[in-house]
Formats: sequence, C-alpha cells, structure tokens
Amino acid sequence: MKFTRRNFLKTSAMAGALATPGIWIPQSRGAWGATLTEGEPIKVGVLFSLTGGLAVPEEDSTLVMQYAIDEINAAGGIAGSPIEPVIIDAKSDFSVYSEKARELILRDKVISIFGCYTSASRKAILPIVMQRDNLLFYPTCYEGAECTQNTVCTGPLANQHSKDLIPYMVENFGKKVFFVGSNYVWPKESNKNAKIWLENAGGELLGEEYIPLGDSEFGPVLNKIREAQPDFIFSTVVGASDIAFHRQFKQAGFDAEKMPIASLTTGEIETKAMGAEYGAGHFLSAPYFQALENPTNEKFVESFLGSPYGKNGATHYNMAETYNSAYVFKAAMEKAIAEHGFDEVTPARVRDACAGVKLSADISPEGETWVDEDNFNTWLVPKIGICQADGSFKIVKQADAHVAPDPYSIYPDAGTCKSNGLVAPDGSVRTDVI
Amino acid sequence: MAGSSRHHRSHTDIFVNLGGSEMDISSLAFANSLILGLSIAGIFFVAALGLTIIYGTAGVINMAHGEFIMLGAYTVYALQNFVGVPYFLCIPAAFVVVGAIGFAIEKSLIRYLYDRPLDTLLATWGVSLVLIQGTRLIFGSDPKYVEIPSFLSSNLEIGGLSLGVFRIFIILMALLLAALVWFIFFKTDFGIKIRAVTQNREIAASFGINSGQVYSFTFALGAGLAGVAGALFGALNIVLPTMGMGYVVEAFLTVVTGGGALMGSAIASLAIGELQSIFALITNSTFAQFLIFVLIVVFLRFRPQGLISASGKRR
Repeated sequence: MKFTRRNFLKTSAMAGALATPGIWIPQSRGAWGATLTEGEPIKVGVLFSLTGGLAVPEEDSTLVMQYAIDEINAAGGIAGSPIEPVIIDAKSDFSVYSEKARELILRDKVISIFGCYTSASRKAILPIVMQRDNLLFYPTCYEGAECTQNTVCTGPLANQHSKDLIPYMVENFGKKVFFVGSNYVWPKESNKNAKIWLENAGGELLGEEYIPLGDSEFGPVLNKIREAQPDFIFSTVVGASDIAFHRQFKQAGFDAEKMPIASLTTGEIETKAMGAEYGAGHFLSAPYFQALENPTNEKFVESFLGSPYGKNGATHYNMAETYNSAYVFKAAMEKAIAEHGFDEVTPARVRDACAGVKLSADISPEGETWVDEDNFNTWLVPKIGICQADGSFKIVKQADAHVAPDPYSIYPDAGTCKSNGLVAPDGSVRTDVI
Repeated sequence: MAGSSRHHRSHTDIFVNLGGSEMDISSLAFANSLILGLSIAGIFFVAALGLTIIYGTAGVINMAHGEFIMLGAYTVYALQNFVGVPYFLCIPAAFVVVGAIGFAIEKSLIRYLYDRPLDTLLATWGVSLVLIQGTRLIFGSDPKYVEIPSFLSSNLEIGGLSLGVFRIFIILMALLLAALVWFIFFKTDFGIKIRAVTQNREIAASFGINSGQVYSFTFALGAGLAGVAGALFGALNIVLPTMGMGYVVEAFLTVVTGGGALMGSAIASLAIGELQSIFALITNSTFAQFLIFVLIVVFLRFRPQGLISASGKRR
C-alpha cells in the first residue's frame, strides 16, 4: 500500500476508532463483563499462598473460605444462588499474585476476590482490581495509607493494634525498644506508626533492623539486640522468617520473660509451626484469639477444627478475619441484589453495599464488627494476648469499645478517606490512592 | 566505612559515621560478630560441601542441590516423628538416605549427561521440581520442625562473648565433615580413584578404574553431605518443601568463588561468612547481602576461575 497522506489519515482514523472502546471500557462501570443470573453459581476468587514461605499464615485463609462458603451454601447460598470459589495458589510470589488476579478478573470473571496477606501482594494486585473496577476483600491487618474505591478490609489498621500494644509493653516491660521487621512496605509503615505511639508513651527506640523477606539468618540482628539490651522487641517479621526469628531468639539464650517479642502477626498458627516452647512468653495484638470465650467462637473452633478444612489444627486472627469477610460479602450481595436485581449487580455495587454492613456476635467469632461506611475498613475491638507454654494465648488486655479504623491516622495532612475518595483538607478529592 | 576517631575515648572503640547517624561499635560487639561470622561461614561451608564435590569432580552443576538439603531435613523429621530416632543418630541416617537417593538419580539420569553441561543444568532443575512436589505430596506443604536436644538450644557465654550452642555444633560439624572429606580424598583408595578420574577420566579408565562407578559414588557422597547439611539446617530454620532454594544460592556462591576445590570452598565460605557478619553489624543485614554480592561479582570479574581452581579437565 502506498504511503500517502490519504492512506495515513484513513488508517490512523480507523485505528483510533477501534481503540476508543478499548480505552473507554475499563473506565466505565460496565468493565466487569459478566452478569449474574438467578440460580447460577456466583463466582469468587480465592487468591492466597498455599505453598512457599508465606503459606504458614495464608493457607488457612483459603481453607476457612472454603469452610465459610460451604456453610453459606448449605444455608441456601446468596438469595438462592450458591457461591463457587475459584481457588488459586499464589506460591508466595508477588508476580504470581498479579498474574492470577488478572486471570481471575478477565478469564473467570469473578465478582470479587478474597486475597492477599502481605501488603506487597496487595499492592501488586490493586492496579488490576482498580482498572477493572472489581472488588478485593483484604482480610488481614495492614498499615493503611490507602484510599481505593475497590477494597474492603476486615483486618486491623495500625491504630487498631499497634496503638494499644506499644503503650502496654512500655508500661509492663520498660521504655527501651528494638524494632525488627521484614524488608517491605508493611513493616516500614507499621514502624512509622509505632514510633509515634512510642514517643507518646515516653519510650526510646534503640534500633531498627530489616531482614530480606524470606531470609532466615538472624544472627547479626540478635547480636545487635544483645548489644543494645532493650526491654522488649517489636517485631514485624512475617512468614517463615518469623518462625526462624523466634527459634534463633531462644537458641541465642534470650529469655522471653525478660525481653519479650511483641508482634502484630505471630499468632496460634505460627506458634504451632515454630514449636510452643519457642513461642511462649511473647505477645500479640489482634482482634481475635482462639481462646476467646463466647458461644460463637467456641462453636466455630470446634466445628472448623473438626471439619476436613481444619487440618492445620489452630484458629487464628488472620483466618477469623477471612471468615468474617465471607459473611460481609454475603450481606452486601444480598443488599445489592435486593436493590438492583440479580442481573444489575456489579462489583462496584457490591462494594457500595458493604458500607456499614454489621456482623452480629452470632456470626462473627470475634464479636460484633461492622464495616466503616467511609473508608471500608472494619470497626473492631483490639485485644492483647500472651502466648502460653502450650501454644494457646491468654488475653491480658481488651479495649472497652470498638475502635474506628483510621487509615491516615499519622498523616493528618493527607485528609480523610471517604467512600468517593481521599478528601484533602482543602476539599479536593483524589481517587485510587495507593 | 570506618570513620576517624574523633575523641580519644578508648582505643578499643570504633566510631562509624554513616549517612548522618552515628553508631558506636564496641570491640565486644565486633568480637561477637567475628564469632558469628564463623558460624555463618560454617553454614555456607556445610551447604556448599556436597556441591563442591560434585562440581569439582564431575563438573556437574547440580541445581537439585538445595532439594537434597531439603530431603535431609525431611529425613530427620520423618525419623524423629515416625520412628523416634534421637537427633544425633538422625544425622548419619540423613547422610545414608539422601546419599542413596543421589545414587539413584545419578544412575538413572545424570550419567547420560556428563558431556552435556547445559542439559545437566536443565535436567537437575527438573529433578529439583520433582523432588519439591514429591515432598509436598508426601508430607504436605505445612512447615514441620525438627527437635534438637535441649542442651543444644542454649547459649554459651564466655566473658562477654556469646554464641548459641547449636551454632557451635554447626561449626564443629563443618570441621568434622571437612576432615572426613579430606580423609576420603587423600587417604583412601577410593579417594585416589576420585582424584584420578577428576584429572582425566579416559586415562583413569585405561588404568582399570571403573570411572562410571566412581562418578556414581561421588555423586552419592555429595548428595549425602547435602543431606547432613539439611539435618543441621532443619533445626535452625523451619522445614518446608521450598527450604532448599535459599541454600542453593549460598552454596553456588561459595563454590563459584572458591573455584571448585575443597580448600577454595573453605576459604570462600570463611570470607563470605565473616564479611556478611561484619557488614551486617556496621550497616544492616539487607545491605550486607547486597554488598557481598557486589564484592563477589567484582572478584569474579578479576579472577573468573575462583580462588583455587579444581584440577582436571572440565567436561
């Protein structure tokens, strides 16, 4: 074809015309590309690591989702339609997370994804979730500082766990702290928050060390800790590294009674993996412990551990929050279906329906919780527990009332996260803030 | 990195000024990190020992080395949990079991690929995937842990210097294994055969040495040593099907820097271990690892054959 101005104009006009819908579709709320039909299964994605170093906390999230979905389906599903989970193993690899999230949204056309544990994996999949206006239920603790319109989080924010833990430890053990964390965004942001709480409590930070994620050589860090002699250690080490840390801590001759490790993640399942004698004496701040004494939790623990999904032998906060997110999804779906009808439900409408969804104490093993209608995180009751010699936790402190989630608690200048976006003090609104 | 001493406080203190923050490293912390460096060096050496032998002798780049380590850890776990064997007996048991697996792999796969180094790379990578998945199917992907006798879990303190007893045990095991391997290579008939086959396989065969048999047993020896490494590391770390991946990089670093000879690996592991410990004290663990890699790359740029190159033809 001869390259003339006419031909050039013709082809570029055609190309432009073809490309326009491609640019338009992702931005429209019709980006989902599927419709629900009454009676047909409702597909959701379940994206957690079943293998690799992060499988220790994450595998139970998949198992409890399956358990919750079986429970919901047995009770009639969502307005008569069963939920069908599409279960993917993210292999503790962030590139797998983003690739599989794309697959779940584009190929399987799920209406929501339940997934992620580390903030790194969440940040890896958020771009695709936001671009296709899908919905991510993120069922674990994180650092905040995000205001997307496509996430519902059922786990604690920094002001809902470390804000209580740091003053408690300072009060009971002393002012001098050493921070140890894995080298990625969540520990660093958590430590930023923790430094502020520490200052408010009159404490002193002796040192801050970060270990590559997945690494297990803690000798040099423990040497530094021995030099510094803190009163307690604040740990944001996750996954297999956390287990190595606790084991090497004891093997290096440190005593948990004199210098305990306070963490936001070392729960019943990590303690089981490392051996109870290595976990005993350390502290955790979380909204849920297996030892919680209420009828819903007792029934949940017995029923879950007795089911084939309970093979790992413990219940812990991470999977309790995942369990709750399944029921938030159910409530929101029912609301959205009632309001719009089955075939008009989109992930965005489900997300809007999540605002204010309350889980009563009959459903939620950690007690009543509800989703904040502005920032779509969850109101919950922070608790602090100490690990016993048999691996179970004893609750030593519990907040008197539910604490509101505040994703920008240490960034007051950034504004407030509302359901339409991040509203700055000057009134301007930014969306998709990650 | 070391700053000037601004105050005449004590000749044993070292002031370090790094990016605005000042850190006072006492000589005690420095001494402790030197001792810790020995322990890290011991871990590197034990991890690399099996690979050194296999690579040094047969020129096989064994990508499944990390998985042999993992199998050693699982052997100890299985023996402890299902048979109730005490820990110290599990270590030689891991040697025998993983050695046997290595022998089987050599006889069925590796022996056909000695002339094709790129294919052995691919084949051993495939073996590693099969071993990981096989272990996952048999044991599940949840972490296991290896129990060690309680006296090994404690800490030894002399003056201000301290080191975990288990780490001391690893250093002793490293020395013991090094002595054992040296003894096999230089004081036994089998060792003479290995060295002959390493120097020149065809000429050795013409002297009546069954070089195929030698290769098989050497591979088994390397695998068995990896198994022992796994038996030790399973107690230091947790036991997962993917645990080998972390150690294979360390092992390769040591072998490549050392050049493939036993002494080379020993010196390389000592250097890397000490440097990692000292860098981690001065900066932090993440930066220390980065620095180590940079230094190794620079070193290999100027001396690509490594510290002490293994004798013999590379096949």
